[in-house]
Amino acid sequence: MSKLTDIAPRDFSLHPPRIAPDYRSSLSRGPIHKPIGFATTMTEATGPTFGHDVLGPNDHDLLINHAVDGGSAIGPRIMVHGVLSDGDGRPVPNALIEVWQANAGGRYRHKKDAYLAPLDPNFGGCGRVITGEDGSYSFRTVQPGAYPWPNGGNDWRPAHIHFSVFGMAFSQRLITQMYFEGDPHIALCPIAQSIPDAAAIDRLTARLDMEATVPMDIRAFRFDIVLRGRGATLFENQLEGT
Amino acid sequence: MAKLPESASQTSGPYVHIGCVPEFAGLERGYQSQLGTSLRADLMGDPITVRGRIIDGMGDPVLDGLVEIWQPDGAGTFHTNGRGFGRAPSHAETGEFVIETVMPGAVIDQNGTLQSPHLALWIVARGINVGLHTRAYFSDNVADDDPILSMIEPTRRTTLIAQKGSNGYQLDIHLQGENETVFFDV
Ligand SMILES: [Fe+2]
Repeated sequence: MSKLTDIAPRDFSLHPPRIAPDYRSSLSRGPIHKPIGFATTMTEATGPTFGHDVLGPNDHDLLINHAVDGGSAIGPRIMVHGVLSDGDGRPVPNALIEVWQANAGGRYRHKKDAYLAPLDPNFGGCGRVITGEDGSYSFRTVQPGAYPWPNGGNDWRPAHIHFSVFGMAFSQRLITQMYFEGDPHIALCPIAQSIPDAAAIDRLTARLDMEATVPMDIRAFRFDIVLRGRGATLFENQLEGT
Repeated sequence: MAKLPESASQTSGPYVHIGCVPEFAGLERGYQSQLGTSLRADLMGDPITVRGRIIDGMGDPVLDGLVEIWQPDGAGTFHTNGRGFGRAPSHAETGEFVIETVMPGAVIDQNGTLQSPHLALWIVARGINVGLHTRAYFSDNVADDDPILSMIEPTRRTTLIAQKGSNGYQLDIHLQGENETVFFDV
């Protein structure tokens, strides 16, 4: 038997509103009605977990995981690392993190991305890791480029990496983006600025980490992620296999 | 323990398929294991199919969306190791998503209350700033006194009920408009 715990309420003041008018796509895609809350049930208190065995040997290394013939992706080599924890400060171990991004020129490997920058034959742009017992994770990639996007004006996304994060409960599920310290596009970006809290935007901004930087090899950036915390023990359940 | 502020959500953007279903997005070198593709094989229960589209406020299908599914097996038991987790990407031309799974069993919650069989759904796409939680119930397998459905005004309740037809179940997700789907803060 495992103990299921309640999930702390979401703090909406730290998240973008459903409709953020400067981000045009949200005008027709953000629900008008407020979401309806109810006490956590078994359905939300449980969630998918994955074993380290789902990972291939290079899933965490975007420099080479789509490269052909022993090649490597073009662009500034970086390592992104950090700790996944919950709102109570507890590390979240064995949690799947998936990442995707544009290449160093700002182009995605996708048939609907027609940006002028070329594809890199050695770069796919996706990777995944599972956090260790201490909640830590790391992956290698190239620093993505800024790119223009259709939003009614001269809009450019800051360099960013998309993150998909699993917790212990389905209600903790999170998709977010990581930005880079010092990027002047962050202040100009309707998507980053859809977050109403300046400190919350800053917490999505990775810091150059010279201590973890490997001399003559690869620069490190530090990015910690926090999921919603847990409340009181909810009930003992008959979750199979725990 | 220290209270930490949760990380802010950001839209998945238009390329969530690259990150979560790279094989579907056409990346030649995918992963050795594709997560969320084996609901039916992983769970004991009667096979069912749920089809639908995510519809935006202009009435257009969303082509860059992803529906995630979390459910128990046919006996109402939740599992570990990814069993019970599914992913159904929107088709790039039609927007249709297809969930091939098994009929979930009723779930007994902490008060001993029975919840009618349902799939938990989580929806992301360009233009969605915080992933949307909702549920799919089944038109031929739902109790009048389901504790969650009972909380919702009757006119909106139907947005959560997949309708049984000759081709399996059908449930469109409406992001806005007259039939806006009920989303949950859970
Ligand atoms: Fe992006």
